[in-house]
Amino acid sequence: MSDEIVLRIRGLSKSFGPVKALTDVDFDLRREEIHALVGENGAGKSTLMNIIDGIIRPDSGEILIDGRPVTLSSPSQAQALGIGFVHQEIALCPDISVAENMMMAATALNPALFMDYRAIRLKAEAAMGQLTPIPVGAIVGSLPISQQQLVEIGKALTLDCRILILDEPTASLSERETVALFAIMQRLKRQGISIIYISHRMAEIFGNCDRVTVLRDGRYVGTEDVASTTPDRLVARMVGRELGALFPPKMAGPPGPDVLTVNGLSGDRFTDVSFRVRRGEILGMAGLVGAGRSEIVKAACGLYPRSAGAVSLLGEDFPVGSYHDAVDKGVVYLSENRKREGVFLDLSIAANISALDVGRVATRFGLLDRRKEDSIASELARRVRLKVARLSNPVSTLSGGNQQKVAIAKMLSISPRLIFLDEPTRGVDVGAKSEIHRILRGLAEDGVGIVAISSEFPELIGLCDRVVVVHEGRIAGEVAGDALTEENLIRLASGIAGPARQAA
Amino acid sequence: MALDSAAFDASPPARRGRNVRSLREAGLIAIIVVIFVAMTFASPYFLTWANMRAMLLSFAIDGIVVVGMTILLIVGGIDLSVGSVVCLSMAVAGYLFLAGFNPWIASLLGIGAAALVGVCIAFCVTVVGLTYFIASLAFMVIARGASMVITQGTPLSLYSLPESFKFVGQGVVGGVPFVILIFVFVAIVFDVLMRRAVAFRRIFYTGSNEQAAAYSGISVSKVKFAVTVLCSTMAGLAGVIYMARFGAATPTFGVGMELNIIAAAVIGGASLEGGVGSVLGAVLGIGLLSTVSSSLILLNVSVYWQDMIRGFILLGAVTIDYLLNRSRA
Repeated sequence: MSDEIVLRIRGLSKSFGPVKALTDVDFDLRREEIHALVGENGAGKSTLMNIIDGIIRPDSGEILIDGRPVTLSSPSQAQALGIGFVHQEIALCPDISVAENMMMAATALNPALFMDYRAIRLKAEAAMGQLTPIPVGAIVGSLPISQQQLVEIGKALTLDCRILILDEPTASLSERETVALFAIMQRLKRQGISIIYISHRMAEIFGNCDRVTVLRDGRYVGTEDVASTTPDRLVARMVGRELGALFPPKMAGPPGPDVLTVNGLSGDRFTDVSFRVRRGEILGMAGLVGAGRSEIVKAACGLYPRSAGAVSLLGEDFPVGSYHDAVDKGVVYLSENRKREGVFLDLSIAANISALDVGRVATRFGLLDRRKEDSIASELARRVRLKVARLSNPVSTLSGGNQQKVAIAKMLSISPRLIFLDEPTRGVDVGAKSEIHRILRGLAEDGVGIVAISSEFPELIGLCDRVVVVHEGRIAGEVAGDALTEENLIRLASGIAGPARQAA
Repeated sequence: MALDSAAFDASPPARRGRNVRSLREAGLIAIIVVIFVAMTFASPYFLTWANMRAMLLSFAIDGIVVVGMTILLIVGGIDLSVGSVVCLSMAVAGYLFLAGFNPWIASLLGIGAAALVGVCIAFCVTVVGLTYFIASLAFMVIARGASMVITQGTPLSLYSLPESFKFVGQGVVGGVPFVILIFVFVAIVFDVLMRRAVAFRRIFYTGSNEQAAAYSGISVSKVKFAVTVLCSTMAGLAGVIYMARFGAATPTFGVGMELNIIAAAVIGGASLEGGVGSVLGAVLGIGLLSTVSSSLILLNVSVYWQDMIRGFILLGAVTIDYLLNRSRA
């Protein structure tokens, strides 16, 4: 790694309306270095990268490449300046071959009239030859996601980039593939390419990167040489924030008997998962994106296949054939994907709430009893403190927070025994967030088992009594009481061995 | 220095894409051959020049429309108005001819009218943001209505068309009807363009993943606009050829044609989702449907069965397509 600075950012700021995504951020990228960029969700990493890639423009600040100031007004322009970006989501054409996908940008700019398939194949093979032996004639849609990710990286390489940005590239790669990817990155580095590597995974950062920059709440915290810092120090710098939001008081007395017990649950994306939810407590589930939390929870209630393991509800065996059975037994799942899987946007609030158990609002002849629907709906809306003018309004007119409350009210309509919530307050404003937390605490006190998957550490720490942490499909550990801190959660979620202290 | 391949999962055999598509085309050829063989035994009239010519004629002109529709399907669009547009171009050309225009100029203007419909649909889709389905459905009705207005509801008799013009639709060159030559020419030209021309490859990219294509610097709306106009223009071309063939412009011509065209394109391998398809497939698709139609006639099957049978063929083809593609990553 030389000292020559390839990319320099000074005083970059960007706001989206009232939200300040970036404030006065500095960043240096040296030639031939692998530079990690860390920060929690919302720290500003994506915004910064989108600005470098020309997708959005900063409000103020300057960007210098090789010492010369540049204005990045479009992705094509960024490409022309030698910046290659491998997004986290795959942007490839599934019906087209690997070679054509890789050369697509070049083909688009190509003034030639006819396709030179041979040249495309050769160039693609040259680029992929540096990475991995994927046949360039293969159709992208037939490759597994991990290989598609590699094709994306290969695509960036064909653009002759000098600065390569990788956004969580190992999210869908196995450990072996990750190791191989890092060997590739080392080779690219020796060839003169500078790499910005965005990740949460401490092991990867400390094993492979030269320097690391921390962003927090849209601000630049600092840059250090990886060799002279430790994961703990890094995590401390990522976190360093007060838990501002007020949470309802936690569980008072000791927890009651088990509401749900999961033993040795195994499936496609998870192995040997065991945990329990006790009466009166709120169990949190932490982990990185892609760790498998949603899959575990979905498997426990029949929405996702499982290959082994036993689940019992209130002492009884809970064999679930389908989610329908789970609902019958009183177990419900609230999806993280509210707009697509949580609510029916075009239907009225009342219809949404009764959707889970339409039978209850039917008359003897199977017709819809509107009055009954309305009375049940208003009762439940009251319970979740939903303030709306009319229950006949379509759900699409509500704010995110209120939509979430409707989804919760729907869950309540069948008097559940256990609710799995996947990111219960994502996209919800602060006020509604607080109310939803109170609702959940109230339900827990009434004896309803609550399991909350969340990626927001303040929420996990403030709301939950106990948090089980998932890492790559396995339970990495459990924290509660005094040990329930952000540092411990991040450590376990990132795969660093054991938290500092762990309460029983 | 390539990386150790053991580090990565072995890539599974390609379950979709080029392999499957050539499988599809081979499959269609095989089915057509089977029908040919069966029919040769079933009817003495089947394997005769007269019958072969009649079969080719029956789908040659529609085939031009299928080529355009296939390309539009590949980009992810669809056009329900082609039947009406065929009629519109015929009506415009016929009307102008009767008003004194040179028949070739009249035809050009007829095709121009068809292209104009294409421009309108393309505008609705790429600028206004309507779906192809809705926009083309609306123009299906509008174009039909326009034909009615132009012809005042009655067929225009064009018996005074000069022989040179009528040759286009009725002439024979070396034993082969001219119409078939036009179709073969169009099919070959577009097949080559779709496989080999850079501008046409963008149609595949846009249809497969519009977002990815846009990231690569392709102007997605320009591509869609051009292809939409192309499809309508092909329909227009077919319309004036029909006019030359029949020597008349009938306002009710082509009603329901779009379904046949779309069915043929889909049987030929084009997907309603976009990104896949080929002109060769389109030709085989409509070839198969026509072979089946002709065979049914030779077998003295009541003509009322034709639609049902065609529908089942379409259902079968689409189901096979779906099952094969279920493994798409």
